[in-house]
Amino acid sequence: MTRAETCVVACAEAWRGDGAILASSAGLIPHLGARLAQATFAPDLLVSDGEATLLRDGRAEGWLPFRSVFATVAAGARHVMMGASQLDRFGNQNISCVGPWEKPTSQLLCVRGAPGNTVNHPVSYWIPRHSPRVFVEAVDMVSGVGHDRNAHEIRVVVTDLAVLDFATPDRSMRLRSTHPGVTVDDVVAATGFALTIPDDVPPTREPDDEELKLIRDLLDPAGAREREIR
Amino acid sequence: MNKLVSVEDAVAEIRDGMTIGIGGWGSRRKPMAVVRAVLRSGRKNLTLVTYGGPDVGLLVAAGIVRRVVTGFVSLDSIPLEPHFRRARSEGTIRLTEYDEGMLYWGLLAAANRLPFLPIRAGLGSDVMRINPELRTVRSPYADDTELVAMPAIPLDVAFIHLNRADTGGNGRYLGPDPYFDDLFCLAAKRRFLSCEQVESTDDLMAGGPPQTLLVNRSMVDGVLHTPNGAHFTSCVPDYGRDEAFQQEYATTDWETFRARYLDGGEADYQLAVKR
Repeated sequence: MTRAETCVVACAEAWRGDGAILASSAGLIPHLGARLAQATFAPDLLVSDGEATLLRDGRAEGWLPFRSVFATVAAGARHVMMGASQLDRFGNQNISCVGPWEKPTSQLLCVRGAPGNTVNHPVSYWIPRHSPRVFVEAVDMVSGVGHDRNAHEIRVVVTDLAVLDFATPDRSMRLRSTHPGVTVDDVVAATGFALTIPDDVPPTREPDDEELKLIRDLLDPAGAREREIR
Repeated sequence: MNKLVSVEDAVAEIRDGMTIGIGGWGSRRKPMAVVRAVLRSGRKNLTLVTYGGPDVGLLVAAGIVRRVVTGFVSLDSIPLEPHFRRARSEGTIRLTEYDEGMLYWGLLAAANRLPFLPIRAGLGSDVMRINPELRTVRSPYADDTELVAMPAIPLDVAFIHLNRADTGGNGRYLGPDPYFDDLFCLAAKRRFLSCEQVESTDDLMAGGPPQTLLVNRSMVDGVLHTPNGAHFTSCVPDYGRDEAFQQEYATTDWETFRARYLDGGEADYQLAVKR
């Protein structure tokens, strides 16, 4: 079992119990997670190919062009796992630019659909490299809104080190579990703000035999997942 | 009812300072032959409204853009657009940055002759900070919900690219997504449709189901025949994105790229990219 495989399962868990909603993702590991969830404990999930085709067991089952995606967003019938260049303790996310917006030191993607996603439906984040550069006190440009700005629901943050959630009284970030081989101190050192750390931090659930077989033989036989968290 | 015009004649309708809408999405089905002609036209101070891809990069690099109105600028397989990035860091262009859904709503409002449409997207985000002209409205009904009043985005000229059209301006897409090309036409005063193939109306009708006839002739003022005209963006099923060429575009110094591919006309470009 590899770290990437643990991450795929941790991403899949984000969609547990979601029912017949659209599971969208940015990045290979969350995409594998959505397909794994659909293939196992969340069979009703809709999964897109990243363009306009809905997939079931890797085969086309429907059509969802961008205008329908926006309708799904507005209806709240979606749970997306986005990336983040910066993320703060309330789940405010930045993918737009680093530095002052007026003249950024690094222009990134712009806000994309992050503002609409975060006020309409559940959002989770996938951070392939957990570091203080990503987990910051304050983001430079609030693209996706966090819980202190009336987010609908920021559910979980899955990183290469841990799973984090917002199960605290003020809905700020909390360490939920550490991946096998990672210590609480490792996560604290890689986080640029004060996390809530429960007295007992369990290890992240490891993939079971069926999940490993699906990941290795069906979803990603070439092993591309291993390159996403180098 | 023959609306066939040359790319040059269509682009000649652009005046300095106009607001130009460009269809497609990222590096997908962009009217690139038109973009190249705009680049050569010597127009300046343009405002671009677009789901941005290399259309933004090329025109910004050429120095003829004052403002970009968008939700993102990306080459898809190459996430960040190098020329847009540089222009932003150097402060040489202005940006109106919206959520993608807000941009859709602004075009929809313009298409429906409404001053604004309410939307949740944007609430609480820094989109409201960087666009201080944006206002919110409260629902006049019992729910009293606060919503963003997304203003209409009217366009002076719109350019879109489809797979097939007739000379009257009826057009069909054959790929998986219409994007928002119909709304770009409906939001604009002057509308130009470039296409891979011009067909008779009968052949156009026989070429697929009625639902993929995205625009009709009331939405189009001019039809441009531009084979391979979306290159190097994708125009499936006619052709996919030219990834090798896009890589060259993204990694080549602008003056070198321009001299190699853009200083001549479209025929020279098409010859140069046939490798």
